[in-house]
Amino acid sequence: MAARPAFDELWGASAGEEVRAGFEPLGEWLRETSAAELDRRQHAAEAAFRSLGITFNVYGEDEAAERIIPFDIIPRILSAGEWARLSAGLEQRVHAINAFVDDVYGARKILADGVVPADIVLGNEQFCVPVAGARPPHGVYAHICGIDLVRTGPDEFYVLEDNARTPSGVSYMIENREAMLRLCPELFERLAVRPVDTYPELLRDTLQSVAPDGAVQPRCVLLTPGHYNSAFYEHSFLANNMGIELVEGRDLEVDDDIVWMRTIDGRVRVDVIYRRIDDAFIDPLVFRPDSMLGVSGLMAAYLAGNVTLVNAPGTGIADDKAIYSYMPDIVRYYTGEEPRLPNVETWRCREPASLQYTLDHLDELVVKLVDGSGGYGMLVGPTASRAEIEAFRAALIAQPQRYIAQPTLALSTIPTITDKGIVPRHVDFRPFVLTGSSGVTTVPGGLTRVALREGSLVVNSSQGGGTKDSFVLDGERAATAGST
Amino acid sequence: MRLSVNHTTTYRYSEPTRRIIQLLRVTPSSFQGQTVLSWRIDVDCDVRLREGRDGFGNVTHMLYVDQPVQVLTLAVSGRVLTEDNAGVVRAVPGDLPHQVFLRETPLTAAGNALDWLAMDISEEGGAKLDILHGLNRRIHDRMRFDVAATGVGTSAEDAFGAGHGVCQDFAHIFIAVARRLGIPARYVSGHLFRRDGAHQQPAAHAWVEAFVDDLGWVAFDPTNGISTDDAYLRVACGLDYREAAPVVGARSGGGTEELSVEVAVHQARSQSQWQVQN
Amino acid sequence: MLSRTAANLYWIGRHMERAEFTTRLIEATIRLDSLLAQPKVEEAWKSALAVVGSAPDPSSEALGAFGGRRFLALSLDNPSSVKSCLSAARDNARAARNVLTQEIWEAINRAWLLIRDRASPGGTQSTLNMVEELKAETRGFEGALARMLRNEAYWFLRLGSLVERGDNTARLLDVKYFLLLPDGEQVGGLRDRDQWMTLLHVVSGRTAYRTIYRQALQPWLIADLLIFRKELPRSLAAAATETVAILAEFGDMSGLQGEADRLARRRLGRLEDGTIEELLAEGLHESLGRFMRENAALDAAIANQFRFA
Repeated sequence: MAARPAFDELWGASAGEEVRAGFEPLGEWLRETSAAELDRRQHAAEAAFRSLGITFNVYGEDEAAERIIPFDIIPRILSAGEWARLSAGLEQRVHAINAFVDDVYGARKILADGVVPADIVLGNEQFCVPVAGARPPHGVYAHICGIDLVRTGPDEFYVLEDNARTPSGVSYMIENREAMLRLCPELFERLAVRPVDTYPELLRDTLQSVAPDGAVQPRCVLLTPGHYNSAFYEHSFLANNMGIELVEGRDLEVDDDIVWMRTIDGRVRVDVIYRRIDDAFIDPLVFRPDSMLGVSGLMAAYLAGNVTLVNAPGTGIADDKAIYSYMPDIVRYYTGEEPRLPNVETWRCREPASLQYTLDHLDELVVKLVDGSGGYGMLVGPTASRAEIEAFRAALIAQPQRYIAQPTLALSTIPTITDKGIVPRHVDFRPFVLTGSSGVTTVPGGLTRVALREGSLVVNSSQGGGTKDSFVLDGERAATAGST
Repeated sequence: MRLSVNHTTTYRYSEPTRRIIQLLRVTPSSFQGQTVLSWRIDVDCDVRLREGRDGFGNVTHMLYVDQPVQVLTLAVSGRVLTEDNAGVVRAVPGDLPHQVFLRETPLTAAGNALDWLAMDISEEGGAKLDILHGLNRRIHDRMRFDVAATGVGTSAEDAFGAGHGVCQDFAHIFIAVARRLGIPARYVSGHLFRRDGAHQQPAAHAWVEAFVDDLGWVAFDPTNGISTDDAYLRVACGLDYREAAPVVGARSGGGTEELSVEVAVHQARSQSQWQVQN
Repeated sequence: MLSRTAANLYWIGRHMERAEFTTRLIEATIRLDSLLAQPKVEEAWKSALAVVGSAPDPSSEALGAFGGRRFLALSLDNPSSVKSCLSAARDNARAARNVLTQEIWEAINRAWLLIRDRASPGGTQSTLNMVEELKAETRGFEGALARMLRNEAYWFLRLGSLVERGDNTARLLDVKYFLLLPDGEQVGGLRDRDQWMTLLHVVSGRTAYRTIYRQALQPWLIADLLIFRKELPRSLAAAATETVAILAEFGDMSGLQGEADRLARRRLGRLEDGTIEELLAEGLHESLGRFMRENAALDAAIANQFRFA
């Protein structure tokens, strides 16, 4: 592992000596509050989450056990300046993602210009043939992106993944804040934190803004796979907070290329569907015929322009790991600017030289399946056993085109409450970026995920990660810190 | 050749249905070498039909039946002018770049047996077009046509292992091997005028198109071991049967279903002859 | 409201009502059991099983008090067991989570968590403790229901409760009456006071009986109370009255009336016009059987009218 200790979001590089400028109130709060009191609040938070039913199911466990994601009450803080830089970078990136998707299903200029190899796009499983040639209302595809960022130093943020399909976690951003406001109100007196509870409203505005032309008072619904899905709590939370109907596939039917919702008073026309179901399952007539979750005819309604799907089918091409390494070029191509947020250096194992490099450095690299997610199908070289590395080597040689490799980054840490007291743990950050008919917005906040095991860099909730609240400080509003 | 087609599909349900929704790919497009003179879809009950075009460029119709029926008959008929281009297919409207047609699908995934075949063929070498002709011949020689042996879900590998199947299986095998060889290939559904006089057929036909750099798409019929000519009427294409099938549907109610298909392909008289005789 | 959501709410109502009913049945049967000589214990639990309309493997002769308690409280093979009902109610509640108040959800979830990990009813006292806790949770559910906005969600929850309640009360009376007056005796004497008290206990009707009739227990008066007296919330008449009122609320909102309204009104009419004497003359068993069939028809009509399927 890196010899130099990782950058700490609270202490910077000072190794516990001096809190970073502007974050002093958090340092004071940590000093003043006893371990027992922190512990008490931590437990109160978990009890609240359990009674709210904020649970998720873990795939691959025998019993689809309902677990709560561990929550840590020590927040991550981003200064106003840091956020300004991040959000500008996020908006630029999401703008490019939408332009890219529009292009590859339309004119395919970027392929003709040779910026991205055509076969990587067109031969990609994520290239969704049924939507080729179709343009969604207002030309927006990735209405909601959850961009995963990691940090390695004061000014070093990197994009790790562009989640442009059906990113989840935003309910935690909001519920974590609720918990913090209840349990640690004094922190909000000392720090001017920008609110995140405007997200549902912004999302609803976004959904309405992308309704098909001619829909007066468009009716939006949230389509969930159902309450056995791991993210069902979030689906229900968002539908409730937006005041829209939470529907399953069987609540909808398509007639005459129009989507209808079955209600106790008869059927009601639907204009916008925020779907939390993967492309493969949304319409058994076009995609997986065995899907019980989708709606037969939905794609026909979509292609006829009678309903907006959020996110649009086919956006998976933009967050594919094979495409990821081209993102800096994609950003330059569509914006004419240098990317404000860099990529993590990436070796494409489909290229012989990169494969060789990867094979030679397996014990240092993180190797990922291009079509995997959630931390599955992934090798973290520095923490893997010899046997794991050798097994991965064989898989990599057999199908190199399925893998990419990245350096093991010294992810930043945040003080975290554990059995061993308050210790640094690695984190990442997922802000949520919305794109409507009139542009891109980012709610000042996001989901901070923390790897609770010592030294671990895997933050996925399915792999034992936890979450933290993420404070974005308000540069305008003077904090009342110290005045009390 | 002037071809006339009557393609009738009848569904009989054991109980009245509540709703039926179907995606039809039964309408051919005109392109270089094929001109659609007239085409129509007739349904024997009150339906809504909506025309569209899918990502492959196929003409689609969504069919909605919103009242109870126990019999549903789709009668598709029309007349088309075809010409013999030695199998070369050009200027299909809405066609996608050939790179799209390299990916495997569950129905066209090559297993051990097809990998062997692919290896064997690539060792023989030769120009791409010759390789494809060779593949076409080998499938025709190796496979026996048998309507009872396979179903719509049979994969290329399984059909090849069994050694028999229908035109759909022949096509999937061709596609699987061609893609294994790095040659884009796709499934085509359509109709065939039988010069041997078998004008009444129990199903539509299927064949393949493979992409050859200098020529573009070239069509092969592995079931008959030949390249296509003016006896072939191209209706729809896709990565495999699933995406080019004439009808995909869903329904609620209806109990069990019985399906019958009749296809008649004749050489058509000219319009003027037709009018005179009537 | 989505039809599926409506169906889930309706079934929450049914399952929670049945969970509570079975809980009270267990409690009453334990009381009865404690008063009886050993050979009659078996009989007490058998009749309790007959009331919920399901029985374990018929070959298992002697179920005993422990087996009876376990089967009624915890068996997942018994769809009427408290555990089965709460599990189903929670499942429906999860699916309809977004239209439930936090309080309703928590009440259901807490009741479920209380019983989820219990595999054995333990001794009699331990079962009684569990029954007390379950009753507290179901009271919590009723309280949460009472504090809900009077809107569609409330009406569907109530409608489910009422349909279930009608069925439970009718079955309870049918089984116990038949058991206690096996000779078809209609207004016979009180052979087994304890059994009758048990019956009243299940419907929370002991005080009600004393207040209304001011006389010693009479089987026919007990039947009158459970069938015709609207003062008793668990009577058939009370359930029928509220069912009509709630369906009228829907009609008022949507302007739609249907088969469910007609069935519910016809049933209420018969209960309002009828007397216990006429009913006993017709035959109590036959009358209750007809009521249960009508209740099932009403259930189907509600499902149809609100497009549950």
